[in-house]
Amino acid sequence: MIDLLVIGAGGAGLSAALAAKEAGASVLVIGKTSPASAQTSMAQGGINAALGNAGEDRLAMHIEDTIASAHGLCNTDMVRKMCQGAPEAITWLERLGVPFSRIDTAQKSPTASVAQRRLGGASAKRACYAQDYTGLKILHTLYDNCLKAHIEIFDNRYLLNLVTEEGIAKGATFFNIHTGEIEQINAKSLVLATGGYGSLYHGFTTNAYGSSGDGISAVLRAGGAVSDMEFVQFHPTALRESSILISESARGEGGYLVNGEGERFIDELKPRDEVARAIFRELADGKEVFLDVRHLGEAKLMALLPQEIALCKLHAGVDPVRSLIPVKPVAHYSMGGIDVDEVLEVNGIKGCFAAGECSNAKVHGANRLGGNSLLEIIVFGRVAGENACQYALCASSKPAEKTQLQKDTEYIAEIYRRTNHINFYETRRRLGELFYEKVGIVRENRSLQQALDEVISMQLALSETGIADKAKQHNQNLVEFLEFTNALLLAPTVISSALARDESRGAHFKRGFEQEDEAFKKHMVLRWKEENR
Amino acid sequence: MILHIQRDKSIAAFKVSGTMTLLAALYEIKEREEPSLTFSAGCRASVCGTCAVRVNGKEVLSCAHTIADGDLVEPLRYHPVLRDLKVDRDPARKPLEKEEAWLHQYNAAIPAPGDERLTEKQTDCILCDSCYSACPVLAVNPDFLGPFALTRAFRYTSDRREGEAQDIIGKIQENGVWDCTLCGECTAVCPKGIDPKMDITMLRGTSLQHGYSDPNFAADPFGTPDFSGGFGFDPNTSY
Repeated sequence: MIDLLVIGAGGAGLSAALAAKEAGASVLVIGKTSPASAQTSMAQGGINAALGNAGEDRLAMHIEDTIASAHGLCNTDMVRKMCQGAPEAITWLERLGVPFSRIDTAQKSPTASVAQRRLGGASAKRACYAQDYTGLKILHTLYDNCLKAHIEIFDNRYLLNLVTEEGIAKGATFFNIHTGEIEQINAKSLVLATGGYGSLYHGFTTNAYGSSGDGISAVLRAGGAVSDMEFVQFHPTALRESSILISESARGEGGYLVNGEGERFIDELKPRDEVARAIFRELADGKEVFLDVRHLGEAKLMALLPQEIALCKLHAGVDPVRSLIPVKPVAHYSMGGIDVDEVLEVNGIKGCFAAGECSNAKVHGANRLGGNSLLEIIVFGRVAGENACQYALCASSKPAEKTQLQKDTEYIAEIYRRTNHINFYETRRRLGELFYEKVGIVRENRSLQQALDEVISMQLALSETGIADKAKQHNQNLVEFLEFTNALLLAPTVISSALARDESRGAHFKRGFEQEDEAFKKHMVLRWKEENR
Repeated sequence: MILHIQRDKSIAAFKVSGTMTLLAALYEIKEREEPSLTFSAGCRASVCGTCAVRVNGKEVLSCAHTIADGDLVEPLRYHPVLRDLKVDRDPARKPLEKEEAWLHQYNAAIPAPGDERLTEKQTDCILCDSCYSACPVLAVNPDFLGPFALTRAFRYTSDRREGEAQDIIGKIQENGVWDCTLCGECTAVCPKGIDPKMDITMLRGTSLQHGYSDPNFAADPFGTPDFSGGFGFDPNTSY
């Protein structure tokens, strides 16, 4: 039996796998798409580490900034652990061969030569970067190193459920997209690195359609806990029609936000949550909102923001050199997720660890700082891999029963048999609109309640919702249906946590309760009752 | 607007509502008309590398191609087709392992300012396989390492931190740098503006420095080069 099963082949999963392999464990990585295509590739800005390569910076400042941005909702020990691990993480990435951008003068050590830039909310130039492709280049370097370490990566396996016995993780079941078979893979320990739940906001998120919180739902079904689900970060500037991200650097370089009357209405460089709310208010007043970079001039735009210009032309049909860019704020990052303890073990499931966006290690709190997500996946990805290894040393190697496999085989067979009355793509689109409108940037108890009611009726209608494509192999229709059911399963956790939080804190803003309330300086931790599972 | 899409057995025509990206059109068809239409996609923003297909014979990212009436959409070449436009990426990735495209021996060299710019473009690679599909060498030699793998090899061999570049160089001699015809089809289709043809040319130079030579000319080092075959100059001809 393998020591470690890593589910998810993004930055966190590959870091965990590499750390475990270094420690001598046997590892298998499983992903639902082809390797090196994870959401990690979309991270642009950088990875934070208080190296002080570009002006003064200290560990204490990194910790302070992170805590301030979390609005009191973080575990300071975990923040310290992450920030303290940052310089070593950069050294590790440097040794793996990440092509970081470098500063302009000769330096004493490789790490000291890494270029750093300032991102929003940071008191120093702290984000190490590789042009505007930091995540892409880290992900691909990790992938190259997994090939080097002969780590096996199985693609096209969709996670169905965790296999647990008496609260102990024993493996997981998968829908093999290649063959159409249901498989159970046993392991002594698990690492979940399955990403966030941004696709709840379908059509209103920068995330890929596949960010459906598969691992988070699986944890709930297996009796584990999730927490802080109400905290979803909205990025202020995505293209209005396509929700394609227009990087913060457009405002960093001097771009303005204007409404349809040509008026500026907010200091563009305030934190993401404040800028997003200001835009939302304009939109709610029936005004349009635009990003205006025309005054920067063609030469500067082409030099500084060539990717952004290309994306605007392609996806919005506007040339930013001459025209305003229509924007809206959209869901961007899930702060909440699988509730883990200080060794990243899942609350309620022994031997199962979680890292990255799927987890809530309580470092981002109510609002994540730019540059801390890449940091988290590297530092905690490796920690999760190491801890899972440690756990596997003493774990039982008795294979699990096939009960879960049988259940899941029957479940998938039942979906194939179902007569399809409702087009779930239509429901998915409605769910996205509902979430954006009622569980979005500005919330209200009455509309949250309406959203909850609607979500429950969508869940009830699931038994009449199925798939039109009945092919066994490469049934993407089925995969998308399963993703949708996971998103729908998580929907009430986001809404009910938001309903319960009668205050405003970070990314969660509620009308009627516009201030932070000391009584709510705590985490909402949810799990399913035994009888519902 | 009509799109023609190569499905498993035949070409199917679909009507879509207007001008949009190909990926948006594929989703529209799948969600409203033909749920079994199968394709790979991810980020929608040209970085995840999953949605490359061929449109009218040219490789594009679905998310970055604006459709035109009558477009013919086909899966990538030289990849086993799994279903409709979805292809198996594994065989095309094998060369990365074969040539060992990674940092072999970390050498704690301090990168000089601007060092990373030497391979800045090459490390923009998203592994979309467009270049692989466009490469005519693969039509005749399926064992050819292919453009993106060679670009990857170039990226690591020219990294100052690599202490044992010769390891990689040794592995790209057979079915590698000398098998390329330098036709430039790869360069023409790369959505990231990478120039594998130039990288391969550079690797040829590095190979020579490491004592390798072009096997097309050095197959028989003691014999006479064979220039017969249409070249204008034949050294065996007496005047």
